[in-house]
Amino acid sequence: MKRIVILGAGTAGIMMANKLNKHLAGSGFELSIIEKEDTHYYQPGFLFLPFGHYKKKDIAKPVNKLITKGAELIKKEADRIDAEGNKVLFKDGSSISYDILIIATGARIVPEDTPGLKGELWYKKIFDFYTIEGATALAEFFETWEGGHLVVNVADNPIKCPVAPIEFCFYVLDCCRKRGKGNKMKITYVTPLSGAFTKPKASKILGSLLEENGIELVTDFFLGEVDNENMKIRDFGGREVDFDCLVTIPLHSGDPVISKSGLGDEFGFAKADKHTLQSLLFKNIFVIGDAGNYPASKAGSVAHFQAEVLEKNILSFIKNEPLKESFDGHSNCFIETGRGKGILIDFNYDTEPLPGTFPIPVLGPMKLLKESRINHWGKLAFKWIYWKILLPGRKLPISTHMSMAGKKTD
Amino acid sequence: MTQIRYAGVTVDVNEEGYFTNPSQWTKDIAAEIAKEEGIVLTDQHYAIIEFLRNRHNNGEALSIRSINHSGIIDVKTFYQLFPGAPLKKATKIAGIPKPSSCI
Repeated sequence: MKRIVILGAGTAGIMMANKLNKHLAGSGFELSIIEKEDTHYYQPGFLFLPFGHYKKKDIAKPVNKLITKGAELIKKEADRIDAEGNKVLFKDGSSISYDILIIATGARIVPEDTPGLKGELWYKKIFDFYTIEGATALAEFFETWEGGHLVVNVADNPIKCPVAPIEFCFYVLDCCRKRGKGNKMKITYVTPLSGAFTKPKASKILGSLLEENGIELVTDFFLGEVDNENMKIRDFGGREVDFDCLVTIPLHSGDPVISKSGLGDEFGFAKADKHTLQSLLFKNIFVIGDAGNYPASKAGSVAHFQAEVLEKNILSFIKNEPLKESFDGHSNCFIETGRGKGILIDFNYDTEPLPGTFPIPVLGPMKLLKESRINHWGKLAFKWIYWKILLPGRKLPISTHMSMAGKKTD
Repeated sequence: MTQIRYAGVTVDVNEEGYFTNPSQWTKDIAAEIAKEEGIVLTDQHYAIIEFLRNRHNNGEALSIRSINHSGIIDVKTFYQLFPGAPLKKATKIAGIPKPSSCI
């Protein structure tokens, strides 16, 4: 029996396991998925946690319940990959050999890489919301905080879910309105980008929404250090912003396993072909989701579209056929803008988010790059879609490759 | 597409003044662009410019963070060499496109 090993049971790993499970019978392959954690979190839910919309239990499920029959779940912590020897070595000294390896180890925050960020104010006045611990600590803080200057800061890109920090700002305002603290709150969004967002059209629209909501925007700010004593963040050039509460989106890195195995770039993201998803160094290694150094968003929708491509390419690889499927960088995401509304964007490596309707021209029902209530409902419905359709590896009625249908160009 | 003349050579730039054809770049051109930005180029400047050009040619993304991994200078020195918005200035002088984050 030959073996496919998936390293990591996050969104990408679970989707891949459940897609490949369908092809195992009679293939001569068995499938193993490695994960050290017992619990899988619905990460888009982290955004809602600090405001009490969700509790921890609403977004957590045991990993073993999410993997369909077929794949063997190995609960161990990987130490490194011996790519020459086709083996994954575990921290406990044991190992597993593979014929095909799929790296799905994700991205993690590394606040310790910025001086002062994980200092004495960490989880007292400084919080992240990209981990269950951070989002939960922030929820507790918000319950009693009377308001003041809230600074939302992205340390540097790449980060997971690049729209989440902006959504967070809109949510804080909503929450303050409801709790009657609106007049005590000032929000500043501090970003390394030159505008609210990366792509020009989306940046313009989000920029004006920030302005309409009275959120101050500080751009071109690369976080150098956090001054705990004076409660300031400082960029490498010496520019400073004061805060009463800092919500940080710290630097991101890949899993240490990747760097340790010599498979990554300087931030520990695995190097792979952005179209075929095959490692640039070893032909029997593939990379999916946030773990890759792809010039695409680190987001669940990207992992989903990649999974559809990778499923086909793995099947071709097994048959010794050329890898025909090509990932186009397709990304699709809802951006919550508060007051029960949201924006939807759809784009890829080559096309920036454009206005229009989605997924059907004119009819929609979703509106692209425009606030609407139906987009907000789409975001809320997404949690159900995530557990019931995406993770089980079922198909969504959205094409893998980005479609220009319904999009308006200039 | 706009054309500008630097150091006696005509080069293609975009509306923000960034090169659209990095192969048209020379060290003399770099010195002239730098002068417009109020910077006199030293060996340290050229070393980091070469690092940025190499990364661009290899199709690797450029970021402030990547400077710390250059083995040449750290980010603070990068800010001293190209004051204000170092990555934007340095890439302009290096004759490569302005780094855009890929979301």
